Amino acid sequence: MKTENQRAWFFVLPVLFLVAFNALVPIMTVVNYSVQETFGNNLFFWQGLDWFEQTLRSDRFQAALGRQFLFTFLILIIEIPLGIIIALSMPRQGFWVPVCLVTMALPMLIPWNVVGAMWNIFTLPEIGLLGYLMNNTLGIPYDMTQNPFAAWVTIITMDVWHWTSLVVLLSYAGLVSIPDAYYQAAKIDGASPWAVFRYIQLPKMKTVLTIAILLRFMDSFNIYTEPFVLTGGGPGNSTTLLSIDLVKVALGQFDLGPAAAMSLIYFAITLLVSWLFYTLMTKDDAK
Amino acid sequence: MAKITLSNLRHSYLPAPSGPADYALKEIDLDWQNGGAYALLGPSGCGKSTLLNIISGLLTPSEGRILFDDRDVTDLAPNKRNIAQVFQFPVIYDTMTVRDNLAFPLRNRGVEPAQIAKRVAEIAELLDVEEMLDTRASHLSPDNKQKISMGRGLVRDDVNVVMFDEPLTVIDPNLKWKLRSKLKELHQRVGATMIYVTHDQTEALTFADQVVVMQDGEIVQVGTPVELFERPQHTFVGHFIGSPGMNVLPAQEVDGQVLFEGQAIALEGSVTGAGGMTQIGIRPEFVSLADTGLKAQVRKVSDVGRHSVVEAVVGDTPVKAVVQGETPGAGETVHLAFRQDQTRLYRDGWIATLNEGAGA
Repeated sequence: MKTENQRAWFFVLPVLFLVAFNALVPIMTVVNYSVQETFGNNLFFWQGLDWFEQTLRSDRFQAALGRQFLFTFLILIIEIPLGIIIALSMPRQGFWVPVCLVTMALPMLIPWNVVGAMWNIFTLPEIGLLGYLMNNTLGIPYDMTQNPFAAWVTIITMDVWHWTSLVVLLSYAGLVSIPDAYYQAAKIDGASPWAVFRYIQLPKMKTVLTIAILLRFMDSFNIYTEPFVLTGGGPGNSTTLLSIDLVKVALGQFDLGPAAAMSLIYFAITLLVSWLFYTLMTKDDAK
Repeated sequence: MAKITLSNLRHSYLPAPSGPADYALKEIDLDWQNGGAYALLGPSGCGKSTLLNIISGLLTPSEGRILFDDRDVTDLAPNKRNIAQVFQFPVIYDTMTVRDNLAFPLRNRGVEPAQIAKRVAEIAELLDVEEMLDTRASHLSPDNKQKISMGRGLVRDDVNVVMFDEPLTVIDPNLKWKLRSKLKELHQRVGATMIYVTHDQTEALTFADQVVVMQDGEIVQVGTPVELFERPQHTFVGHFIGSPGMNVLPAQEVDGQVLFEGQAIALEGSVTGAGGMTQIGIRPEFVSLADTGLKAQVRKVSDVGRHSVVEAVVGDTPVKAVVQGETPGAGETVHLAFRQDQTRLYRDGWIATLNEGAGA
């Protein structure tokens, strides 16, 4: 005899508990702050959607959001093609495979604040190797602490250095999973190297590339530690990305309400873009 | 379409082969006639795929030449040889439609769009895939994918030879039969030389006019399915083809007589050569139960449907017999008779009797 009851739900409880305490409760706290004004002492005043409206209308937020999109766009447009090119030129077998893989993985193993500190020292005009070389040996004026353009070049280069490997490793995994028969068939069909890339390698890499782009989008859109350590958002506000601005509002000015509203908008944008991208990329497969 | 000649072909995957054991292919000399349907049959690792890749140009042989219609193509790249190859796992271009897949080899060669459209339509009709021309190739079932990869080979009208490398491996058993008859039909309609590599004797024997049996990088016999069955040139062919395989029994030559377990056995004809290891070969189909003859004890009887296979032990040697109708029970003592014109002597594996019985 089979007994029917609802006891199976007990098995779900631990997960529910875990999710509640590491996601739902913190988010609800933020939601709570975002619709109220507080002056401490656990005193709250209802504000409705005022903070959201204020944040969306503020020039400062719009500028930071613009910088954030620009940053993410630039690193994606560099890292994805560069990662594919490196993966394509890596050996498929033999002694050099592990050497390449480990070399590629190294930058990703370095803690984020160390990366920021490394690049900071590396690029300082007087004592950094790169900074000194550029200014004193090559004679190219380069000071990321003073010049916004130099600061941007530096944070982009740093991110490319730190994270292109992720795209390389994922693309490489996609490439080595292609059976030899595909290349042999392409040879017999007289396909050009470009056709091999376009019709065999790229389609076979599609899944891993989707993951790579998603990961790089989310990570770069939420980036904080590296630019904070490297430029601190400066010079001026030129590299103040959304997360850096958020921390300034929340912890610098202690405007908890606007900061909470800003966090939720930030979160919604990340979620929306990721969802749109993923849905578009996987739409064809479902047909 | 072309005649293919392989001359003194040898191949080793090692950079400096020292002995025969280092060669994946040992000395292959073979002529494939224009328009023939051939099968390359042998167990895994016997070198049949190596041979195929050499013909298609994916591999360059260590030694020897390949001629297409007496033209040396040994150093030509695969796309210059006008060959087509169908692989074990269907190779299709996922992102393209079936139509684009079929047109791909022609587009790569810069053929006129009108001509491409015409050829694609012809091939689609030939393969019965007309109604799926505009579907994405990745949505097809494995057997249709395999058809499309065949079609990509056939779409070029100047194809010299179409090669199949175990093409039915991933196909459902009930569709295998359909696709196999499609292949046979294609061969008759297209008339191209076709080479079919397989380790499955049924596939080889049903597809090919001529079967090339390989073992350890060597060709052991080339013949029609009937020849392979009736007169194996080597005990390996006897083993490999037929179900159950040929009985290969230890034999001694004493004073011009051939003895098996101490009894003289009548052979199909006179014996050639001398020395070496001698064995008697006879197919279970030609061993019968009789009133007199070799005394044997039945060990096992298996009913395989249309007939039964009786395994009986003579001395220490098991002998299989195919028996129609009533069968003895296990443990019973029976007498075995060998049909003389089908009883042969093998010396070191190779046939060592002359076929004199045929005329008599």
